[in-house]
Amino acid sequence: MRHYLDFYLTSMKIAIQEQFQYPVANYFYMIGMIAEPVIYLVVWSTVATLQGGTVGGYAPGYFAAYYIVWTLVRNMNIVFTPYGWEMRIQRGQLSGELLRPIHPLHSDVAYFAGWKVVVIVLWLPLAACLALIFKPSLNPTWLQVVVFFIAIWGAYLIRTMLLSLLGMITFWTTRVGALYELFFAFELILSGRLVPMALMPGWVQTISAFLPFQWTFFFPINALVGNPTTPDLLYGLGMQLVWIIAGIFFARIVWRLGIRRYAAVGN
Amino acid sequence: MRVLKLAFTYLRIGIANEMQYRVNFFIQLLQSFVSLGTGLIGLALVYNYTNELGGWTRPELLAVMGVYIFMGGIINAAIQPNMGRLMEEIQAGTLDYALTKPADGQVLVSIREFRVWQLVDVVVGLVVLGIAVDQIHQRIGMLETLEFVAALLMGAVMIYCFWLMLTSTAFWIVRVSDNIINLFQGVYAAGRWPVTIYPNWLRLGLTFLVPVAFAVTVPAETLTGHLQPLTLLEAAGLTLLLVALARLVWRLGVRNYSGASA
Repeated sequence: MRHYLDFYLTSMKIAIQEQFQYPVANYFYMIGMIAEPVIYLVVWSTVATLQGGTVGGYAPGYFAAYYIVWTLVRNMNIVFTPYGWEMRIQRGQLSGELLRPIHPLHSDVAYFAGWKVVVIVLWLPLAACLALIFKPSLNPTWLQVVVFFIAIWGAYLIRTMLLSLLGMITFWTTRVGALYELFFAFELILSGRLVPMALMPGWVQTISAFLPFQWTFFFPINALVGNPTTPDLLYGLGMQLVWIIAGIFFARIVWRLGIRRYAAVGN
Repeated sequence: MRVLKLAFTYLRIGIANEMQYRVNFFIQLLQSFVSLGTGLIGLALVYNYTNELGGWTRPELLAVMGVYIFMGGIINAAIQPNMGRLMEEIQAGTLDYALTKPADGQVLVSIREFRVWQLVDVVVGLVVLGIAVDQIHQRIGMLETLEFVAALLMGAVMIYCFWLMLTSTAFWIVRVSDNIINLFQGVYAAGRWPVTIYPNWLRLGLTFLVPVAFAVTVPAETLTGHLQPLTLLEAAGLTLLLVALARLVWRLGVRNYSGASA
């Protein structure tokens, strides 16, 4: 246990130092990402105003808060991509990682977790600018703030597991780009990334209740900007835990099956 | 003349290259339909709650989406791959090979790549546009068609110039490639909706800073009767300005380029 902790702390430290060297690159990345929620925000605020102030019970201030917090949650959702797995497996880079006495997933989780610290720090001034422009209505209780901070890390872990599972498909077949795109499209609609879940038709909400996506996106955002009850918050954290455990479970199985098929290419 | 011949040769090589990977066509087809599907869902969600958005009806917004997809296809087929390659070569220092060739450097770096399968989006965009125009029931005569084609052409040139300037920043700042593509795609996605719905500061940005307005909204305006009389003239002016500016930035960049190998 001790050496895992050591490993995580060191990897995170390296990631933090490495990423702080490229603030411009990181900012370009984040600004590019901000365009998407700003578009949704403008569209839905316009619709709300046209409808006499609210749409689906939400006022423009809620949308502003939702999509500003969205930017942080989206950043927390960035993990080692399936395309990275594709490259790692196709080019045989995995061979080197297999020689280390620690599972490769640990280094992904640790490195990106360190990067997140940089992202959160860089995000704060961006969020302040967005808040000045769009005037969100945000008055969470302390409990909501605490749950939010736990939930964004829960979201990070769930999405890491999901995308790793997707990436590991490359053990069986190359060229999985189209499959990924399909996955991202489903995720866009079922996670709350496009609109708050309550604006979706009832049947979409029913489907998404059985899937992990909304716990990585809608739940953390709504935990902070909505009016969830305490049982809602606890239930959400519980569901995150369930999906993290399920993710780790399946990742282990797929990893075991996949690694048997892995034949190093290149080196 | 020589430039055209050169462009045509590269086009042929590009197509021949892509023809080796025909499965990519089906993958592209699937991706195009997935993104069309999500776009339509977004539109349906909005019009679930309202009948018009900033003066645009549902079929009119469908027309905007058609142009958006069409232009996206052009960008992904002909503009972005060239700029991606340029960026990599600036970073790796291998741009020497292009600059030493006996043709204009800017022309050469802009025509070397062509991804023919991306043209699926061009077709999808045209189909969506056709359906939208049919639903709008507005008579489209010779004049509107000419205006539309002119607006599209100028829009594509503006996007190209913008991309070239953005890419040229790689001459000064290293390690920007993925982030710049990401940045552009993020901002371009704003074109899915008519820029008139955005707040003033953003609309100005999307018009003059990143010419999304002229690339997508204006061509759609020509077909939906939203066009203001002077818009096309403004577009022509801005096109000329951007062409000159892009040339200037490119020149400055090349002067700043020192290569890595030579």
